[in-house]
Amino acid sequence: MNEIQQQRHGSIDENSDTEPVYAVETDGLVKHFGETKAVDGVDLVVPAGGIYGLLGPNGAGKTTIIHLLATLLQPDGGTARVFGHDVTEAGDDVRSRVSLTGQFVSVDEDLTGHENLVLLAKLLGYSRTGAKERSTDLLEAFGLTDAGDRQVKTYSGGMRRRLDIAASIVVTPELLFLDEPTTGLDPRNRNQVWEIIRALVDNGTTVLLTTQYLEEADQLADRIAVIDEGRIIAEGTPAELKASVGSGVLNIRVRTAEQRAEAERLLGATLDTSVERGSDPLSRSARVSNAEHAVRAFTKLSQSDVEIADFALGQPSLDEVFLELTDRPTDAESDRGVTQ
Amino acid sequence: MTDTNAPADPDIEHIQGAVASGDRPSAPNAFSALLTFGWRALLKIKHLPEQLLDVTAIPIMFLLMFTYLFGGALAGSTSVYLQELLPGILAMSVVFITIYTGVTLNDDIDEGIFDRFRTLPIWQPSVIIGALLGDAVRYTLASTIIIVLGLVLGFSPNGGAFGVLSAVALLLVFSFSLSWIWTALGFVMRSSESLMNASMIVMFPLTFVSNVFVDPETMPEWLQVFVDVNPFSHLVTAMRGLMHGTATTEEISVVLLMSAVLIIVFGPVTMHLFRREQ
Ligand SMILES: Nc1ncnc2c1ncn2[C@@H]1O[C@H](COP(=O)(O)OP(=O)(O)OP(=O)(O)O)[C@@H](O)[C@H]1O
Ligand SMILES: [Mg+2]
Repeated sequence: MNEIQQQRHGSIDENSDTEPVYAVETDGLVKHFGETKAVDGVDLVVPAGGIYGLLGPNGAGKTTIIHLLATLLQPDGGTARVFGHDVTEAGDDVRSRVSLTGQFVSVDEDLTGHENLVLLAKLLGYSRTGAKERSTDLLEAFGLTDAGDRQVKTYSGGMRRRLDIAASIVVTPELLFLDEPTTGLDPRNRNQVWEIIRALVDNGTTVLLTTQYLEEADQLADRIAVIDEGRIIAEGTPAELKASVGSGVLNIRVRTAEQRAEAERLLGATLDTSVERGSDPLSRSARVSNAEHAVRAFTKLSQSDVEIADFALGQPSLDEVFLELTDRPTDAESDRGVTQ
Repeated sequence: MTDTNAPADPDIEHIQGAVASGDRPSAPNAFSALLTFGWRALLKIKHLPEQLLDVTAIPIMFLLMFTYLFGGALAGSTSVYLQELLPGILAMSVVFITIYTGVTLNDDIDEGIFDRFRTLPIWQPSVIIGALLGDAVRYTLASTIIIVLGLVLGFSPNGGAFGVLSAVALLLVFSFSLSWIWTALGFVMRSSESLMNASMIVMFPLTFVSNVFVDPETMPEWLQVFVDVNPFSHLVTAMRGLMHGTATTEEISVVLLMSAVLIIVFGPVTMHLFRREQ
């Protein structure tokens, strides 16, 4: 795994004699809370630049890893370096390079949006007038100018999230941790947050993002580490990960019950995989490893007597990635109560 | 599920501009970080003035009630009683407000903003000390309210303005020191409600079983023992002395010594809890 990364990113410092400095490099990182092994020997290498995704279900240890890297927690074992600075020994050096947008919005609810940003700007070393200008700029950029003089407790979830991210980039960090930045946002707000993240990356910030959604990691991340029970169980580009679980699932629904057996046989034969029954008695689903196979299956079905009432080609869900990697479903699935 | 009060969408060019202009200034020194946290505490007073009213309303009620209901019986006349009662009521109201220091800290931890402060490259204790300095403004405001009311009712301190100001200064020193107990508890307690309850359990006996309302001579002997060792009684004695121009060096030194002990014990405890991860 490391070899791939060396090949891919070893060129960053090609011209210097020093080893490439990674945004994050951990070695056997461990954090236990009593009996709970929240982080249980994590070796993570995040290259500088771009977006790196930590993907995992509830309780996987994503937040704990981020807290360790942001110096909010001390590791129980192993080491972690951020741009070459050890999180335990050089906390100040780490803190002056990173910024954290936590899983839960962390701004002062009693203050206004403007006051929150001015407060942070001053704490980061801006002068009084500099802080006010910076806050005004950020509010405008994040579409919060009109709400700037209202207490944050009156903001909607999407506005809070935007303010929270604005608060994290008062000074543009070299590395930004985003812990589930879009959980609980509607699609429009989620897209806005994605745009913000991309703008940051274009400007040279490295983003380490956690998410429970494969789709989000796929959209944003250059590389993904899949975390489960405090360990990394897979790592690679989104394409590599998806390839390892097949590119998706083909769902079909036949028009009459008599056609089920024939449909099942045809799908099984063309896709060379087992065909599963859906919750709907008329529907069948099968995993497809690439789109061409799906097209071939459709052709076969249309040439047969089977009448298709409905069909869909779905992306593999996080649950399928998990089933593939661990042979057990995620807890996240039951929490969300929906399947893709 | 659209936000009805959503303002204009953020536009991407603006964001890119804002991101690109976020150069890091040099980190603030400890002093300006302190001032900034103090400023935040002032903003809190501005947005939550009810916190100040909550805690001054009861002392004001006591001041009026005790002066007019019991003043005559306890001291012969209401105006004589007021001279003794006012410094005690003042001490009581400000010492009660110190509880909010812990409550605010506890809320900050719950809201997660505390974690944000902890990832800033600032002198870390300024988070707490700055908040305490801001609270000193709150104490001063509350003191002003009580003293002005007292003057209206006929409080006439023999120590003059200087005596009154020194008494308030002593009170601020004591309250600042006492706050370290609440900051330590603020880290330990799970919720601000439980912190509030725990604090009340300490504060009621501390302030009521004291020399604020009646002369301890009139109490049973076992109670006198407690009243005499109660640090709060010593504070009230010294403040009365300063306001009426009769304070002895010993009375004042005792209060300063107690304050020093509070800081020496609870300062490091707070800082230890602060550094220990949540
Ligand atoms: N302060 C703590 N004390 C005790 N246990 C903790 C603490 N923080 C986390 N844990 C436990 O450690 C494990 C990992 O938690 P963590 O918050 O890192 O998961 P996560 O991947 O961020 O989950 P989620 O997606 O739900 O946010 C969980 O079992 C959690 O209960
Ligand atoms: Mg989490």
